[in-house]
Amino acid sequence: MTTSPLSTQLVDETPWRQFVRDFMQSRIAVCGLALLLMVLLLALFAPWIAPQNPYDLSKLDLMDSKLAPGSKSMMGSIFLLGTDGMGRDMLSAILYGLRVSLLVGVVSGVIALAIGASLGVSAAFFGGRYEQILMRIVDIQLGFPAILVALILIAVLGSGVEKVIIALITVQWAYYARTARSAALVERNKEYMEAARGLGLPTWRVLLKHLIPNTLPPLIVVGTVQVAHAIALEATLSFLGLGLPITEPSLGLLISNGYEFMLSGKYWISVYPGVALLLTIVAINLVGDQLRDVLNPRLAR
Amino acid sequence: MFVFILRRLSQTALVLLVTSLLVFAGLFVIGDPVEILISPEADQIERERARVALGLDKPGWMQYLLFVKNAASGDLGKSFVYGRPALDVIFERMPATLELATVAMFISIFVGIPLGLYAGLKPDSRIAKGIMAISIVGFSLPTFWVGLMLIMLFAVQLGWLPSTGRGPTTEFLGMQLSIVHWDGLKYALLPGLNLALFKLSLIIRLTRAQVRENVLLDYMRFARAKGLRKSRVLGVHLLKNIMIPLVTVIGLELGSVIAFAIVTESIFAWPGMGKLVIDSIFQLDRPVVVAYLMITVLMFVFINLVIDILYSILDPRVRLTAAKN
Repeated sequence: MTTSPLSTQLVDETPWRQFVRDFMQSRIAVCGLALLLMVLLLALFAPWIAPQNPYDLSKLDLMDSKLAPGSKSMMGSIFLLGTDGMGRDMLSAILYGLRVSLLVGVVSGVIALAIGASLGVSAAFFGGRYEQILMRIVDIQLGFPAILVALILIAVLGSGVEKVIIALITVQWAYYARTARSAALVERNKEYMEAARGLGLPTWRVLLKHLIPNTLPPLIVVGTVQVAHAIALEATLSFLGLGLPITEPSLGLLISNGYEFMLSGKYWISVYPGVALLLTIVAINLVGDQLRDVLNPRLAR
Repeated sequence: MFVFILRRLSQTALVLLVTSLLVFAGLFVIGDPVEILISPEADQIERERARVALGLDKPGWMQYLLFVKNAASGDLGKSFVYGRPALDVIFERMPATLELATVAMFISIFVGIPLGLYAGLKPDSRIAKGIMAISIVGFSLPTFWVGLMLIMLFAVQLGWLPSTGRGPTTEFLGMQLSIVHWDGLKYALLPGLNLALFKLSLIIRLTRAQVRENVLLDYMRFARAKGLRKSRVLGVHLLKNIMIPLVTVIGLELGSVIAFAIVTESIFAWPGMGKLVIDSIFQLDRPVVVAYLMITVLMFVFINLVIDILYSILDPRVRLTAAKN
């Protein structure tokens, strides 16, 4: 693009800047975003931040097991959030668990978005029998609770990281497909689409360059909410013992491990991973709520 | 009307077909059915006999037909752990789950609707804002975590209510129920509340939205203008009108309460179907798992069908659009 005097004047009002300004208007959403960024950074840099590698069994000392928050270990270091039944530092276990939970949630969310969005957009674009059958499948699947669908898949496939991800994708794709289709139906009849078709552009180009980018805003909103759902569902499956393997405990598994000690008053093994899970989910939901308001054209300021 | 029901019935059959195919594929194609369906303690001769009995010497599609035929006649195999038909084991646990689901629905309806009414009538009051905040929390917290917190607060810290298990049961209408006496009911309160929390939030929000929409309508103004008592305007005129969407949602949620009971039953060691299926997955008691999945899907499909039909009776517009498609 060439720079004219006019465009330098308007530089303050690029869509991105407008988006950022709108987003910043809610103080609670900014808090949510800050919290989310903190959680993401903690998860990303867990190996450098965590005082201990919770997967390295040789570093664990059974003498340190079930210590209350703030107690000293045999080696002299302090366990800020206490230790679990195996003498693991809870803070380290939570940081590593956060990594696993977020990874599973985001990976399954992104894949489900890709699958659901392409099916939904193509359904709206091509229409006909293809659209009817696809949307009927979506309706039927959304009639069943997520936990039941996930349970059927886990019972059939067995448990493990990739199987949990497959189950989460299967649970989620239908939401994306429905959202993508309704967004694409609206966009399909707009003038720019007519212009793109009128120019004689190939179908794939119309779809990829024109239709799909314009269906993204509602998908992003659904996406943030769905990632929070996926994290909660993975935690639930892991809590039931059907999710991730015990060698790489996610937050759900940590909570589950602490459950047996809770009745004897050793609350920290269960409670702190739960708080971490909660903060993550609430932060994502706060950001998602504000994104919905900002990206909704009907509420445009 | 007839066409509408027929259409829904064919859809139902399709769902059952897909589920049975999925479960069949999981059991017979991915895994070794001999390992899965026959007790590991069986000897070589027994294994061979079972192989023939299961029709494993036949081609895949015939195996599937056999599986469907057996399932249709109520034979979903014998539980390894209990040594009895898997369906019997499930049906034995069903009253406990239904009981828990009833308590949960009872709490969500009889607490949710009044709170929603209040929040809708006085949307700016501090109490209403508090109610809405609680409903947001109920939406975003994972059920199992709330369950743990309930146990910690009411059972461990305060010691008011028992934390796990089901109370003493009594024979009532041919079923073993625990909620007919206080001794049994107090065991059901915490798990019931836990299971109810999500539905409760949903009903509060829905009722509030409905109330706020309806209080502005002409019929409400007219009822007030006629000089009717406030209790009558709210209790009869308003409540009647907000009930239609509420009943639909409550009906739809009944099925999901039964599905989500898996989590609550596991936390509170409540001996229902949900805990049974989780235990069975760990004990590799596949026939029970298969039977549970088929029964739950069947229940679900049935509930959805009944609600669709009821809704089309209540609201003729639904029937018309369905017929047009």
